[in-house]
Amino acid sequence: MALREVSSTEEFVKGLWRDNPVFVQVLGMCPALAVSNTAINALTMGLATTFVMLMAGLSVSVLRNWIPREARIVSYICIIATFVTSVDYIIMAISLELHRSLGAFIALIVVNCLILGRAEAFASKRGPGRVTLDALGMGAGFTFALLFIGVVREILGSGSLFGVELFPDGFQTWTIMVLPSGGFFAMAIWLLLVNWIKDREAKALQRATEAGS
Amino acid sequence: MNVPVQQPATSVMSMYRAIVGIGAFCALVIVIVFQATADRIRDNQERFLAAAVSEVLPVAESTVAVAVGDSGNLGETTETDELPVFLGYDASSSLVGAVVTAQGMGYQDNIRVLYAYSFELDAIVGLKVLESKETPGLGDKVEIEPHFIANFEALDARLNEDGTGLQNPIVTVKQGEKTQPWQVDGITGATITSEAIGKILNDSAAVWVPILERDSLALVPRDPAEEQ
Amino acid sequence: MSDASHWSIFLNAALVNNFVLAYFLGICPFFGVSARLETAVRMGGAVSFVMLVASVCAFSINLLLEAVGAPYLRIISYILVIASTVQLVEMLMRKLSPPTFRAMGIYLPLITTNCAILGLALFQTNKGYGFTQAVVYSLGAGAGFALALVLMAGVREKLDLANVPKLVQGTAAALIIAGILSMSFMGFAGLGR
Repeated sequence: MALREVSSTEEFVKGLWRDNPVFVQVLGMCPALAVSNTAINALTMGLATTFVMLMAGLSVSVLRNWIPREARIVSYICIIATFVTSVDYIIMAISLELHRSLGAFIALIVVNCLILGRAEAFASKRGPGRVTLDALGMGAGFTFALLFIGVVREILGSGSLFGVELFPDGFQTWTIMVLPSGGFFAMAIWLLLVNWIKDREAKALQRATEAGS
Repeated sequence: MNVPVQQPATSVMSMYRAIVGIGAFCALVIVIVFQATADRIRDNQERFLAAAVSEVLPVAESTVAVAVGDSGNLGETTETDELPVFLGYDASSSLVGAVVTAQGMGYQDNIRVLYAYSFELDAIVGLKVLESKETPGLGDKVEIEPHFIANFEALDARLNEDGTGLQNPIVTVKQGEKTQPWQVDGITGATITSEAIGKILNDSAAVWVPILERDSLALVPRDPAEEQ
Repeated sequence: MSDASHWSIFLNAALVNNFVLAYFLGICPFFGVSARLETAVRMGGAVSFVMLVASVCAFSINLLLEAVGAPYLRIISYILVIASTVQLVEMLMRKLSPPTFRAMGIYLPLITTNCAILGLALFQTNKGYGFTQAVVYSLGAGAGFALALVLMAGVREKLDLANVPKLVQGTAAALIIAGILSMSFMGFAGLGR
């Protein structure tokens, strides 16, 4: 695959829409569904994952010439696990409540295929600058995706947003949305929406090229 | 410039060096973060527990963590337990109650509670749910439903004649059918969760109340100023 | 040491709190492998085995870490052990049953990143299970994972023959099916108490 020169902004932006980790690459779904039952959980998880991706990516990038080819995956896993452990303790220090609601899913960031995938495909081949942009972009895309799912689930399932009650008492919450099934459904709806928009984009592009030829 | 040959396999020495190097780097980062956050985390945990304890036993000015020692008797402890137990003292160092942590299986997952026992009333006088993953909107009603919370203003937990267990086991009954002070008025629609709470309290009190009644008065607390 | 009975631990892990349908662990392979019934069965078996081994290893490592007083090494040691176990299973499979190994293809190394296995190790540590409880827990989790996988594959194979709108095909359909399966598994709540 030829590495064509990608501008810095594009490096960052691609993670937000075109190569969105959750809706396009369909990576990192486990946490996307598990902790998105409230908006604050989704946000924290997204930020924590972004942090790990950034730090692990930078480490891999800086150390890339010293990591032996045969032991790449093990080394990446080690480095990722290190920063996951760090973010685990950092969150515990910030707020025990948050840590308790996220539970073991902070630790599960280590098996988020997204981070390992980026380390293998990108961070091991590029310099720290590019890797930072890529990590931030992918992380932002991941966080937004999680937030979309989380906001829908919290509003419909608990009638609140970030803990702030939105509806008067009479509102009957759709409890199913904060249960696992709701996670699957919410993600399915967003995925359908994204697919539909991308489909229209592709069709418009096709019509434009046909008109031009 | 590169001759197109297969890249030689990394030598064992350089592989070994790299792995050790990376291992050292990782270990360093972890230890640094751990040390940097340890104090803050401990503070958070203590603050949370202190807030929970004062919520269930507001009359207590100071607390002492206790545990059953090797001799089978209650004694002060400095180890952080999975299920901590505290004795509460007021400003004049007289015993006002005990706070016990207990856990058990609920509908979905483990439920962890904190309850306060009053020596004066021989009853459970406060309950706080620390951890629960019950069904939102149904099982979590145990934390907010007023008639359920009212159960724990004076839930009878007196000892039987030989002091080995509860005179009347704590049991959850259907909503509206509570007739005795040792019964827990359940929540319709959250039967399993309310029954679980009753069972957790019963099992825990059956073990702890005898020990607390037997040993607590003998324990002389240190100067309250030191406890804070 | 939790005081739950072994039977209730098994049922809880397999049905009530099914790893895939309730905890969202192991979603990637769940959607990747569940298109064909045969691969689903094989993957289910492989994951169950790795879960059992990982559970035992995690229990031992946790004892060691607690004795040494280094809880912060938990995540790293667990994941390294899991990665090695998967390597081991891969080598064993290659030796003992080459056709199975070929059929599994890319999916075998993917078990390492299967959140279900690490999740199992972490959950059992958090719940404070003793040794036999941990083993039963992993057996239940593996059985539950395999069950969900097989159910999903069965439905998806049937769905292949139906007229599904193009936009919904693939992952979106799988997500909706998973949501419905998850709802049906909710019916198991309270079982085995």
